[in-house]
Amino acid sequence: MSQNTPKSLFTADLIVPALGDSFRKLNPRELIRNPVMFTTAIVAVLLTVLLVIGQDGLATGFKLQLVIWLWLTVLFGTFAEALAEGRGKAQAASLRATKADLTANRVKNGGTEAVAASALRAGDLVLVETGELIPADGEVVEGVASVNEAAITGESAPVIREAGGDRSAVTAGTRVISDYIKVRVTQEPGQGFLDRMIALVEGAERQKTPNEIALTILLVGLTIIFLIAVGTIPGFASYAGGSIPVTILAALLITLIPTTIAALLSAIGIAGMDRLVRFNVLAKSGRAVEAAGDIDTLLLDKTGTITIGDRQATEFRPLAGIRVEDLAETALLASLADETPEGRSIVTLAREAFHVATASLPTGAEVIGFTAQTRISGVSMNGTLIQKGAVDSILTANPDIGETPAAAELRRITDDIARSGGTPLAVARDGRLLGAIFLKDIVKAGIRERFGELRRMGIRTVMITGDNRLTAAAIAAEAGVDDFLAQATPEDKLALIRKEQADGKLVAMCGDGTNDAPALAQSDVGVAMNTGTQAAREAGNMVDLDSDPTKLIEIVGLGKQLLMTRGALTTFSVANDVAKYFAIIPAMFVVLYPGLGVLNVMGLVTPESAILSAIIFNAIIIPLLVPLALKGVKYRPAGAGALLGRNLAIYGLGGLVAPFIGIKLIDLTVNGLGLV
Amino acid sequence: MTVEGWILIALFVAILLALAKPVGLWLFALYEGRRTPLHMVLGPVERGFYRLSGIDPNEDQSWRRYAVHMLIFNVALLLFTYVILRLQAVLPLNPQGLGPVSDHLAFNTAISFTANTNWQSYGGEATMSNLSQMLGLTIHNFLSAATGIALAFALFRGFARRSAAGIGNFWADVTRVTLYLLLPLCVVLAVFYIASGVPQTLAGPVDVTTLEGARQTLALGPVASQEAIKMLGTNGGGFFNANSAHPFESPTALTNLVQMLSIFLIGVGLTYTFGKAVGNTRQGWAILAAMMALFLAGTAIVYWQEAAGNPNLHALGVMGGNMEGKEVRFGIAASALFSVVTTAASCGAVNAMHDSFTPLGGMIPLFNMQLGEVVIGGVGAGIYGFLLFAILAVFVAGLMVGRTPEYVGKKIEGKEVKLAVLAIAVLPLIILSFTAIASVLDAGLAGPLNKGPHGFSEILYAFTSAVANNGSAFAGLTANTPFYNAMLGVAIWMGRFFVIVPMLAIAGSLAAKKYVPETAGSFPTTGPLWTGLLIGIVLIVGGLTFLPGLALGPIADHLAMIRGQLY
Repeated sequence: MSQNTPKSLFTADLIVPALGDSFRKLNPRELIRNPVMFTTAIVAVLLTVLLVIGQDGLATGFKLQLVIWLWLTVLFGTFAEALAEGRGKAQAASLRATKADLTANRVKNGGTEAVAASALRAGDLVLVETGELIPADGEVVEGVASVNEAAITGESAPVIREAGGDRSAVTAGTRVISDYIKVRVTQEPGQGFLDRMIALVEGAERQKTPNEIALTILLVGLTIIFLIAVGTIPGFASYAGGSIPVTILAALLITLIPTTIAALLSAIGIAGMDRLVRFNVLAKSGRAVEAAGDIDTLLLDKTGTITIGDRQATEFRPLAGIRVEDLAETALLASLADETPEGRSIVTLAREAFHVATASLPTGAEVIGFTAQTRISGVSMNGTLIQKGAVDSILTANPDIGETPAAAELRRITDDIARSGGTPLAVARDGRLLGAIFLKDIVKAGIRERFGELRRMGIRTVMITGDNRLTAAAIAAEAGVDDFLAQATPEDKLALIRKEQADGKLVAMCGDGTNDAPALAQSDVGVAMNTGTQAAREAGNMVDLDSDPTKLIEIVGLGKQLLMTRGALTTFSVANDVAKYFAIIPAMFVVLYPGLGVLNVMGLVTPESAILSAIIFNAIIIPLLVPLALKGVKYRPAGAGALLGRNLAIYGLGGLVAPFIGIKLIDLTVNGLGLV
Repeated sequence: MTVEGWILIALFVAILLALAKPVGLWLFALYEGRRTPLHMVLGPVERGFYRLSGIDPNEDQSWRRYAVHMLIFNVALLLFTYVILRLQAVLPLNPQGLGPVSDHLAFNTAISFTANTNWQSYGGEATMSNLSQMLGLTIHNFLSAATGIALAFALFRGFARRSAAGIGNFWADVTRVTLYLLLPLCVVLAVFYIASGVPQTLAGPVDVTTLEGARQTLALGPVASQEAIKMLGTNGGGFFNANSAHPFESPTALTNLVQMLSIFLIGVGLTYTFGKAVGNTRQGWAILAAMMALFLAGTAIVYWQEAAGNPNLHALGVMGGNMEGKEVRFGIAASALFSVVTTAASCGAVNAMHDSFTPLGGMIPLFNMQLGEVVIGGVGAGIYGFLLFAILAVFVAGLMVGRTPEYVGKKIEGKEVKLAVLAIAVLPLIILSFTAIASVLDAGLAGPLNKGPHGFSEILYAFTSAVANNGSAFAGLTANTPFYNAMLGVAIWMGRFFVIVPMLAIAGSLAAKKYVPETAGSFPTTGPLWTGLLIGIVLIVGGLTFLPGLALGPIADHLAMIRGQLY
């Protein structure tokens, strides 16, 4: 898989524009989308006003510093968001450059006319020749061409695009590098793949996801609770015969409300999408990314995902009385013209294991090609007919064999092959059975461990295959999947997804063919391969630009990481409040009851420095956590219990302890520098 | 602190844990509407009641319908009691010839008893006729408790049901709980109290000559029966002003222990019922473990503080623990334990005067209530309050395992979070704002008996007790004034029903959801990690908001005491 070069987080070309944007984002209309930061901004405005007109006996220098740090708190939040967006914007800019000035040769009345790509409508036919860029998303209706899709996928090796079949979809902005194709446009202008990708990486289309909305509600709730907690203090203080300056109350409020997570929340979401994009997966919504973390069942196609795409011949199994060398030579003759990987593996096996010397077919030999109807291939030479193919097909093609003992023996052999996870091919010469070739599915290296990881994460894997039950069961056992669906039709797949969903499970799958489309649409996370048909790409809610079905596993991990990052920073933010209370309460109340000084467990030097230190900690923790928010918390596959224990220790306990240390250090610095 | 003291505490916990399962199973039968052995005798009564009132016990109510019926029922009861209290002078069973209860006191008392709070701004024996006590007040002791348990059942059904429209039938729940649980248990307990020497009579007071030759009037009445339900239903409204410190309410050490046990009995049982309802009893035990940890921590602090006593008295040569306001019959350990039990459980009965506790000893009862009465809590209210915290805990930390948070098979999403926050915010919102109002208005400032931080504690305690539906008082506050009666009445009502309605909405929303099967990737909500997390969330979300108030009240009080300044 090719991954776009990850851009370092803090390079000047990202930071400088983000700095500007963080001020632009102070616009109240934009700020109100984040109620906690909006509250912070209002308090900052209030304190700025009080700084000018307030008469509360506090030193102006102290108040000035509080005001500055409050504004910085707000700015750090907008900066985090701007920085997260900035990375997407840079990507969008390069995509947009691809899109600019596309022109098209529209087919009209037998000839072509040059028009701007933006004028193309769905249904138009365009001709694209060597060296030209494809002007719009569409379906190849005529011709075969190799296309360089590097602009979209980052992969420079060209891919074949041809009319009909599962490789007919083309994307705007990709370049035809040989031959020509005629393309029927399938998208209205502005809705193409490239447009969607630009909007997505830019964050323009970003809507809050369900979890994000729920979290925002929680943060607003906490803010209201703390507003009351702080708002009632003047009443309490008046009972004790004193009063607390508004500036101090405001400082307490800002430290208590969950500014840390609120400031980073949207950055986390944007960065989560961004990680996916840089992983060359395009999610059509943030909701899909979140759903990926919740997946309970993964449907994986056997071929290409669990096994390497091509089966290999590993053994010849002759019937009784047939010499194995004879079978090997016959099989080799039947396969010499067969250019499929399976055919070539038969030739290789015959040559290497049995030293069959035949180099090429004799002149006059007539090759019988494989067709979907006969499902037999072979050769006719010197009056001899050699056939190889699926057992049933061979028996059907040679009705004379019938229910002879040879047929029964062959079935025993082929069942045996199937049971050990292989695919049998029968070989016959002049209507006489010779034996079977053992084609073995090669399970990908390391895939078993991956499934083990998934199982520990609570995810069930189901292998989907067209093979018969026996073969499927053997491969399933070898690969270590939890379940399998044999002889699967698209309808079976759809039914399986519906059944899992009825049990309350979330299902992910990937697919590329048009007949995968219903299942892709039904699944909670449907990853379409970029090489697939337009229908599949429309039906899925993610598109994998590398067309690598194994990636589904990583996508689940990325979804989980997004949720974990949010949870971890929320826990951290809430746990911080304990220390902040211990900094500000004694500082605030010590004038009312001097005894309360013992609550100053951190030994902060003066009440002013305590309050200032708490506010400074509250502000600078935001930029300190930006890298974590953008990169995501460290994720490794493990059971929920282990993850919870680890994250609670780091972010829960850490969140309790860190501010005690941080505030103390800041207090020492503040006093060392004589700031108060 | 003494070994005997700790043995008492250990014994209490051991008996309680042993009773959790049997009581929980009995409650589960009622939750499911199954037959119990008592149906043979009481079944006809239940059916007769349904026929008489035209209720179909099998009607499955939506959460809205459940809530509306519950509210109508409670408002009707409230008006009923208000009328009785106002008219008690002309109604029968008034041997002392007491006059009508004042309008603001009747308002406060009617709300308070309806809401399972039993805050008493009055002295029972000198204000309420026997009719008022038995019909006007005791009826609430049963029905407010039954309402609480019914509401807990409704929330359990929300978690347990799958893609369901209803959360049960309010009338059937209340009827079954009253008939098959509260009444029979109360009969048993009342007989035990009578045998222990608690009066049970409709006769008026008697005049006696004491050993010293003085004449004294002893108030009597149907005490034993009220005592039984007062504890069992976590009501706490005493027959006498001195509540369970009065020898006629709790004459022996054994009655004291039984009273404490019966306060926690149903609340503990309900945790087991919850586990049973959601199909995994470990879920119930995990909650009980978190509750018990908070409870034991509180008990240890109070016992330690009370046993340590007041250093200023030590300086004067008065050694030993703090015995001010405690019954010598019970001593420090039993009083400390009782105070934590009664405030953890929204009961409000007292066997010692919390106002006379050491500042930190008195802070724990206060803090227990501020957490929202979720440490075992009031019957029903404790567990549904705790489950609201569980929802928040699952949401905050649940994301950390990389899945949309789910609890006992139900996904916790925006709607549940919103409603849970709403319900949990009610408590600090009202407690703090009402306390702040009382702290600045003259009418409020006239209440406290003491000055300084201790006086502030008295106000804070009163509103905390009201909103949390506890009903215990930090005596010292003169609460029978129009201002306090009105403010506390409103606070009690909001503290009860402003929590219940969003809670029922959560039940409805959860019931309609699909069940999410538990996998290795699910957030584990059993085991010590989860229990620890629950405790953390209850303390941080429930407790942290009260820190400024506590600092200006009991903490300042304590620090002043150490420095030799008393209030």
